[in-house]
Amino acid sequence: MRQTLLALAALALAPAPALADWQDTLDAARGQTVYFNAWGGDPRTNDFLAWVSEQTEALYGVTVSHVKLTDTAEAVTRVISERAAGVTEGGSVDLIWINGPNFLAMKEQDLLHGPFVADLPNARYLDLSETSAASVDFTVPVEGMESPWRLAKFVFFHDSARVAAPPASMAAMVDWAAANPGRLTHPAPSNFMGATFLKQALVELAPDPAVLQAPVTEDAFAATVAPLWDWYDALRPNLWRGGATYPENESVQMQLLNDGEVDIAMAFDPAAAAAGIARGTLPESTRVFVPEGGTIGNISFVAIPFNAAHREGAEVVANFLLDPATQAHMQNIEVLGSFSVLDPSTLDADAQAAFDALPSSPALPSLADLGPTLLEPHPSWMTRLTEAWAVRYVE
Amino acid sequence: MRSDGRLLRGAVLAAVGAGLLAPIALGLWETLRPAFGVLPALGRTAWSLEPWAELAALPGVRTSLMLTLWTGIGSTVLSLLLALGAAAALYDRIGGGRGGRWLTPFLAIPHAAMAVGLAFVLAPSGWLARLLAEPLGWTRPPDIASVNDPWGLALMIGLMIKEIPFLLLVILAALGQLPVRRHMAMGRALGYGRGIVWIKVIVPQLWPLIRLPVWVVLSYALSNVDMALVLGPSTPPVLAVAVMRWFTDPDITMLLPASAGAILQAGVVLAGVALFRAAELAAARLGRWWLRRGGRGLSFEPGLVLARGLVLALLATGALAMLSLAVWSVAWRWSFPHVLPESWSAKPWQMAERGWREVLGNTLLLALASVGVSLALAVAWLEGEDRARRGRAGWAEALIYLPLLLPQIGFLYGLNVVFLRLGVGGTTLAVIWAQALFVFPYVMITLSDPWRALDPRLVNAAAALGASPLRRLWAVKLPVLLHPIATAAAIGVAVSVAQYLPTLFMGAGRVPTLTTEAVTLSSGADRRIVGVYATLQAALPFAAYGLAFLIPALLHRNRADLRGTA
Amino acid sequence: MSLRLEALEIVGPGGALFRPLSLEVARGTVVTVMGPSGVGKSTLLDAIGGHLAHGFRARGRVVLNGRDVTGIAPERRRIGLMFQDALLFPHLSVGDNLAFGLPPSVRGRAARAARVDQALEDAGLAGFGDRDPASLSGGQRARAALMRTLLAAPDALLLDEPFSKLDAGLRDELRSFTRSHVETARIPALLVTHDPEDAAAMGGGVVQLGA
Repeated sequence: MRQTLLALAALALAPAPALADWQDTLDAARGQTVYFNAWGGDPRTNDFLAWVSEQTEALYGVTVSHVKLTDTAEAVTRVISERAAGVTEGGSVDLIWINGPNFLAMKEQDLLHGPFVADLPNARYLDLSETSAASVDFTVPVEGMESPWRLAKFVFFHDSARVAAPPASMAAMVDWAAANPGRLTHPAPSNFMGATFLKQALVELAPDPAVLQAPVTEDAFAATVAPLWDWYDALRPNLWRGGATYPENESVQMQLLNDGEVDIAMAFDPAAAAAGIARGTLPESTRVFVPEGGTIGNISFVAIPFNAAHREGAEVVANFLLDPATQAHMQNIEVLGSFSVLDPSTLDADAQAAFDALPSSPALPSLADLGPTLLEPHPSWMTRLTEAWAVRYVE
Repeated sequence: MRSDGRLLRGAVLAAVGAGLLAPIALGLWETLRPAFGVLPALGRTAWSLEPWAELAALPGVRTSLMLTLWTGIGSTVLSLLLALGAAAALYDRIGGGRGGRWLTPFLAIPHAAMAVGLAFVLAPSGWLARLLAEPLGWTRPPDIASVNDPWGLALMIGLMIKEIPFLLLVILAALGQLPVRRHMAMGRALGYGRGIVWIKVIVPQLWPLIRLPVWVVLSYALSNVDMALVLGPSTPPVLAVAVMRWFTDPDITMLLPASAGAILQAGVVLAGVALFRAAELAAARLGRWWLRRGGRGLSFEPGLVLARGLVLALLATGALAMLSLAVWSVAWRWSFPHVLPESWSAKPWQMAERGWREVLGNTLLLALASVGVSLALAVAWLEGEDRARRGRAGWAEALIYLPLLLPQIGFLYGLNVVFLRLGVGGTTLAVIWAQALFVFPYVMITLSDPWRALDPRLVNAAAALGASPLRRLWAVKLPVLLHPIATAAAIGVAVSVAQYLPTLFMGAGRVPTLTTEAVTLSSGADRRIVGVYATLQAALPFAAYGLAFLIPALLHRNRADLRGTA
Repeated sequence: MSLRLEALEIVGPGGALFRPLSLEVARGTVVTVMGPSGVGKSTLLDAIGGHLAHGFRARGRVVLNGRDVTGIAPERRRIGLMFQDALLFPHLSVGDNLAFGLPPSVRGRAARAARVDQALEDAGLAGFGDRDPASLSGGQRARAALMRTLLAAPDALLLDEPFSKLDAGLRDELRSFTRSHVETARIPALLVTHDPEDAAAMGGGVVQLGA
């Protein structure tokens, strides 16, 4: 009786009728195992997802099985080959850590379930206004087809014991590399982080950065990219291994920094340096730096394929990831150290206090240190840019 | 009784046909179709050569192809020469059985684990560089590409460290079938030096016995993915890795050139084998001319000493690589130029515990299932041969070797499509099936010789005492052959644990094993966690070999004749 | 000119195999060493020819034509070998087996082929040059093997029970074939056997090998 009353009260208060269905979703999700396809190269993320599984199992009876990918595209391909084989339900992928070109590819080909974000009770902690960071993924409107879970902002780090003054801008990297040959590199542009390094330079060097917000055209590409190639041609001879080879991803480059093979590494995670120190995978003297004009930032999302076998479980997990307590746990540098995607203005005092109580570290930059956040170019730019790079620089 | 044998052989043939041949043939077919433009899911239904044009236009594809030929053929030829040279220098010191024992760790460790260990040993900031750092006064690692080098030399070293022990074992076993000592004495009495007798007399007799294993090594070297991912160049990588990347590209139209690449990869392996066969025929002609001249030539002794030295150096590097895995798994901070960790800790094991427990369970399950199926099929096959009282036809032998000679990437994508249609895609069953394709040949090859060497009079005596065929198998053959069966099972476990591509493709990534995890993590930031997985990955086959040795020793502790070293 | 053993003894893992042995074989003659099986007759020949297996050591001296060959490599001792199974190389034709023995000093394809044909004819194997050794009878194989050894022009010959696997009739024929070729080549030969008839047929001295 009391339950009914509560439900009625909730109905009366709820802005959307969808919330009433949430209990149905929870009921259906109980006992499901959600196959969460996510990049598996970062042990901290892996451990965090294992923790998520324990929590969702205890709270909702939903187990999360982390399918560790070397590249998110693997999961996209899996869904595609399932559709090719006529598997329209009971698919093997339930949830994907996704954004940018992979999201665009899946959205364009109707490979996604949704819109579902508005149905999640914890969506109320998000700023879902049309132009907010949580509503636009690489300029592509999200339209409720993917749910945010962690904030990504491009940062560099260096070992302050070896390098006193890191380069102050992307343009300054040419001189810095000339003075320190072989000490700078970036992940291969076929990798997301390597592509981001090029995009960061493109945003800074482009004559008119505004064109980057629209889908790429041949004319715009030629004009916009010319200064980038000049910059890169000057930079490349002084890169690690003479620019003949590149680390596979940012984790490999972080290991190179730890090994002393290079002096600079990069991540899409401002807390990565502090977390690396805490885990013993980076020297104590590692510090974060960003170019003066700011860096590219975006939000990492989770999406559900159209044929997911455990759609309800996947929604429960997506919702759990948005819980303020989960986000605070995630932001703890001893856990993951990823900044929260929630809108602070929506948080109550308890939730806010949980964020305030998080431990700090000398390697953890403040939001002010990080400078302005630059917008991601339209995904077509990244695809076109990495292709052109491969044609120019891969024999 | 005759009909019983026929029934059994029919069943085995059906199982091999449906379980082994059909998947490979269908997998090849489903790869061939998109390679020639047919992919109905994309609305492409007409045959065309377009995917090949797209493939040729992909950046780096030519370099990938050259790199594949160079690393694959180069490492195989060098491995073969070094193994032959080392065998010449060592054959009278180490007999087949005892010689095999010190090679066991090198055979048991999966390619991926060896690659991960080597990547650390050889890296500019790795163990070897750290040993040199103090005497040479290095404070920073040198900027040289000693792994992932554009020439693929590190990859070749990795392949050689894994393939030389395998070839040595095969060669030593084959030498056991030849009167090597007396041929050597005869040749030397005729005035030929040791090395020349080896080349002119022993190797020509040895070659027919080791030809197929050499082709298997060649096929692997031309098409491997896991070692190339860790040790090989990345921009561009070898063809097999490039093809795998194209298959997983978010742009689904890449499936067409990727399939063409997979077929190209199969062609590369075929061409490689054809090249070896042609070289063999040419060498035979040239060799006869050379032999007839009767030249006693140089002693060739320096060549043998060099081969032995290089093999020992390579194996020492491999041993260092295995050791480094264990050391990393208990290190906390271990930075350049420290030769040993600055701080030790059990934390890597604790941090990764949630992960490795589940994955270890998966790996064990897959190994037990695929080895169980393979062993049952192998015993049924061999028993069928016994009952029919006939040897193995050439085509049957070729059938056994087929999965090992074809490059995995050539049919795994297509096989995945087939499995998806059957509704078993991405399941544990699919992975077991795919692994068994590669476990069965090794089990079969290992078990065949000891099975045939079994004294037939034992079985005949049992028959004369009235034992039925089943009872003869169960009560005589299997117990007497327990040691070789256990050895075959252990080798099967090693093969199963090492499978990377089949596990990844068929399991849709949902059946993580120690190998897939080690390879995935090796492109991450934490060598210590990789050390944990790679140590476990290596430990599992070691444990299997240990059991294969211990179980017969315990069960047969009072049966001196059965405690052989087969 | 002769083959001389001076206090030769062989030490294996289990100690010395037999008492130190001294003997001399004159050129053109065959001396027979007899002894029970297992005493180390074959090992003695290994020591003289330089083929001792790993773990065995020879003491004493082997002197061939006044030259101490004890320490030098087997291929430089110029001492030929014959085993009980002829040990033709199975991957070569009969003719190529003989060509294998012919020294490189015989130059030119035609000259070498002529020498091989001549040797085949001497052995009663004319026209057998292209045959697979496996298709030969035991006696033919033994004769071909002896011809191969003699073509190498050795300074001495060691015979390790070369007749023991042959039929009784063939055995007599091959004994005289061997003896006549040793006499013609004017080299010393040492035969080990457990068959007294071998020793009698060879006509040379007999030495008993004892532990």
